[in-house]
Amino acid sequence: MGGRDTDIVLLDENGIRSDGRKVNETRKVTIKAGVLKNANGSAYIEFGDNKILVGVYGPRDVHPKHMSDTSTGILRCRYHMAPFSVGERKNPAPSRREIEISKVIKEALQPAVMLKEFPRTAVDVYMEVLQADGGTRCAALTGASVALADAGIPMRDLVAGCAAGKAADTVILDVNNEEDQAGQADLPIGYMPNLEKITLLQLDGVLTPEEYKACLEIGIDGCKQVYEIQKKALQEKYFSTGDVKNG
Amino acid sequence: MSNDKNRHVIPGEVITTGSYRSEQNTFTEGDKIISTVIGLSDVRDGSVRVIPLTGGYVPKDDDLVIGKVVSHSAMSWQVNINSCYEGMLPASDIFGRDFSSHSDDLTSKLDNGDLIAARIVNADKTRDPLLTISGRELGKIDSGELMYISPSKVPRLIGKRGSMIQMIEGATNANVTIGQNGLLVIACDDSNGLIKAINAVELIEEQAHVANLTDKVNEMLESKSE
Repeated sequence: MGGRDTDIVLLDENGIRSDGRKVNETRKVTIKAGVLKNANGSAYIEFGDNKILVGVYGPRDVHPKHMSDTSTGILRCRYHMAPFSVGERKNPAPSRREIEISKVIKEALQPAVMLKEFPRTAVDVYMEVLQADGGTRCAALTGASVALADAGIPMRDLVAGCAAGKAADTVILDVNNEEDQAGQADLPIGYMPNLEKITLLQLDGVLTPEEYKACLEIGIDGCKQVYEIQKKALQEKYFSTGDVKNG
Repeated sequence: MSNDKNRHVIPGEVITTGSYRSEQNTFTEGDKIISTVIGLSDVRDGSVRVIPLTGGYVPKDDDLVIGKVVSHSAMSWQVNINSCYEGMLPASDIFGRDFSSHSDDLTSKLDNGDLIAARIVNADKTRDPLLTISGRELGKIDSGELMYISPSKVPRLIGKRGSMIQMIEGATNANVTIGQNGLLVIACDDSNGLIKAINAVELIEEQAHVANLTDKVNEMLESKSE
């Protein structure tokens, strides 16, 4: 994070990044909704080289019983990285980092879901990172909101995630793994595009107030691009054949 | 934003703006009316609602449901009604008011695994939904083919004022009991009619969002009868 010296050129003289992108370009994002038969809702997302599978269960009975709330349904999230998702084998036991990401994703989805209609129940979101390449929390959040919509959980809006950051003294959009390791700052954003509200905002690194504003601006712009792909994924599953019928 | 009568919407999408009443699966933010689910928007008579295309069954008062008895206590049966809440059928509903947990054996009337058609009496969500089987077409189901469709597609299967299901029943001589929770039982003496009815239901399940579904189902029902 502290801008360590490496051999990688993060930004060449033409303003092209190490993976060939421009500074304000996201990686290629593809989402497919409803990929799992046994879950109530699911999604598979590829965010550059990130590959994440999300399954949603619920609303269903709460176990353990003491967690249930008589006034509202509860949301539970688990973010988990598969042992083969990174170069060196990752211990499958939940790490500090995974517990943190599970928590922030839960808090990022909470303002979107409307669980007051299902008191005494729980909605469980399981995010499984199959391959990681930086920015998995945004990718997992993006996939999770598509899976929740696929499960038919009422939501105020979809939540789109995208990070902005700073590498080679330049503000960049959608930080990948290399840029995260060797760059200077990473600012993941969760955003509800229709309500224009931010639900996730973290910052790792140092930014000046001006840089922060620039990061936030292009980050939100990135979220809007991601949202269009989320929308397309849901339309593809539900509205791909035929036209609308009255009644 | 166009004000078309029916549109495909996803959560967060603005259906319309202005002074409309926000009903089923919508909410208002300022003067915008926004959908909360994936479905078809329906704007009429100053009100807006969204017919969902996905999601589980949420018990509502007066709904007819088909459920399986999963267990019983001294006073009631627990019934799986394919929802996040388990239905409760009180013993006094069958045995009458002079029910006594000492002398009456609940399993003599309904045992675990039995299928029942029931109506929801009370579904206020603070407690498990209360069921009754006293009424016409309610009670234990002894025979027929049990099928399952997504609960969000039940209105499509029934059709406008029952038009779709009447068409299927008419063409196949089958008797179809549809639970709002997505379970249905098809009873038919003629095996060909039974197969035809099952195929029709499967077609509706697959293509619930497609236009002119009634015509397609009608076509299928007639083609097989030749």
